[in-house]
Amino acid sequence: MAAKDELGKKGEAIAAGYLADSGMRVVERNWRCAQGEIDIVVRDGDELVFVEVKTRSSTAFGHPLEAITSRKLARLRRLAAAWCDAHPGAHDRIRIDAVAVVAPAFGAVLIEHLKRVF
Amino acid sequence: MPIGRTHAVSLLGLRGAVVEIEADISSNLPGFILIGLPDTALNEAKDRVRAAAINSGCGWSHRKVTVNLSPAALPKHGSGFDLGIALAGLAAAGTVDPASIERVVHLGELGLDGRLRPISGVLPAVVSASRAGFSTVMVPTGNADEAALVPGMRVIGVASLLDAVIWHGGKFAPVPVDPILRPGDDEIATETLDLADVIGNDDAVEAMLVAAAGGHHAFLLGPPGAGKTMLASRLPGLLPPLTPQDAIEVSSLRSLAGLPVGRALPTRPPLEAPHHTATSAALIGGGSGLIRPGAAARASHGVLLLDEAPEFPTSVLDALRQPLESGVISIHRANSVAHFPGTFQLVMAANPCACGQFGARDSECTCTPMARRRYLGRISGPLLDRIDIQLRVHRITSARMRLAGETSRLSTRQAAERVLAARAVAAVRLAGTPWSRNAHVPGTWLRGRAIRLAPATTSSIDRALERGGITMRGYDRVLRLSWTLADLDGVTVPSAEHVGRALYLRKAMSS
Repeated sequence: MAAKDELGKKGEAIAAGYLADSGMRVVERNWRCAQGEIDIVVRDGDELVFVEVKTRSSTAFGHPLEAITSRKLARLRRLAAAWCDAHPGAHDRIRIDAVAVVAPAFGAVLIEHLKRVF
Repeated sequence: MPIGRTHAVSLLGLRGAVVEIEADISSNLPGFILIGLPDTALNEAKDRVRAAAINSGCGWSHRKVTVNLSPAALPKHGSGFDLGIALAGLAAAGTVDPASIERVVHLGELGLDGRLRPISGVLPAVVSASRAGFSTVMVPTGNADEAALVPGMRVIGVASLLDAVIWHGGKFAPVPVDPILRPGDDEIATETLDLADVIGNDDAVEAMLVAAAGGHHAFLLGPPGAGKTMLASRLPGLLPPLTPQDAIEVSSLRSLAGLPVGRALPTRPPLEAPHHTATSAALIGGGSGLIRPGAAARASHGVLLLDEAPEFPTSVLDALRQPLESGVISIHRANSVAHFPGTFQLVMAANPCACGQFGARDSECTCTPMARRRYLGRISGPLLDRIDIQLRVHRITSARMRLAGETSRLSTRQAAERVLAARAVAAVRLAGTPWSRNAHVPGTWLRGRAIRLAPATTSSIDRALERGGITMRGYDRVLRLSWTLADLDGVTVPSAEHVGRALYLRKAMSS
């Protein structure tokens, strides 16, 4: 596994732990379909939340959130619809969030959670 | 998060509107939105501001920054808003004190390294800010001299964004940088040409004196080498020095045109002498987006010299008719109108025909009558109508040159003193009227009860009017010139001799 994929995996695990700690229930991780992958799906009260996680080891080449482009967000929206199709049930309120994880090799991990980014 | 709020100035013509810059940071993915009708150069401020803030070490928000320029409906141009946008964004992020930036007007363009670049039009912008009630303005170091010309304004010159942030209470260590200065920011040449250089041609010297004293427009007609250009370029030296208010206007127009303004307000009236290939946009002003003043506007409170006037395209010359009439140059565009002052004194010089020799005593003209008529016909009647002094200038003969060497000639200093005295006399007479110079006084007032001349004095022009030799408008013009001649002689009422000399100053085109 390449170093960047490993960092991504680590970041997603950190994000999932963070979301669970802030009172959300993790529904699914790394859900795949033909169009791509959703990092994390959680339930926050009566809202279904699709979370995009971005991880960097430092901010030397920009903040992780800056890497989330409008194209990526549009894809996440399509993926959310695909997830809802694949999981029958009442999905009245859905939300798309972004989580930035800055995880340096040594030192404290920094997590930023942005709600309703799309 | 607080909203960062500060001010900048948007210029339209010489008038500036104070623009409020608001910045808000919302909890969303990183982005930078600039709204409030920015043009392309201003929209690119987003990238300049972001890079400058990060490279200065001040940091830039990792959230969505929305910057609004209000009034939102007013189109805004140029890069002068960069500093204000950067500081509003940094105030919204809590890097600088929001209360501190709100009281200050910020002008300046940012480089990617965070240094501030000088911009054009700082002087009129600072004047507008002062008029809008602001007392502090922050400008790039390269513009600080210019901004300081406005009385009663506290000017803070900063070399970089970091300096500006520190001034507004940002907790950073200062980093000294080389300030960016305006290229060629030397003193403007102020040498004046001396009237004593003109030999012979006493009539023409007097005509220039009359033009300076009364503010009359002048038209000099004569063969090449008669000294028309020499005379006309000495007119600004005869004019009284600029008042501080006029000087700010003159400097503002230079600043708007992107020309160096210098470290002190000018005291001498400007001279603009555009080449005869000038377009009407070059002469009057124009441009899409930012409307720039032309040569005529830059000559405000000074002299606009059109050498070889018939060589100018007729449409260009006729574009001067409106400013000559109203004293204001208006440039209309689809979404805005810019007004510039148009209070210049027009001096035109022309050859009498294409070969230039017509009327010269020492050489033969080779033009056909039709060609001669066509040549001067390019200067339209309505334009000539607005010019009080129309004088024929002759080549100097060797006898006159010898004579001139023996007699003393009027120097610019002596002449300027006479002009100043004449203007003082006119000011007393015109006190309580809306006019300040004889050239602006309408004929109805001159013929009116208050200062009507005795019939014996005006008999020569009364006769000319009866015969159809002059028109009613020409009659008024002669009256105006007579008053200026009387002012120059220091007498309170023109005599028949003054009227006769005034008539002579008008007769170039008729002979």
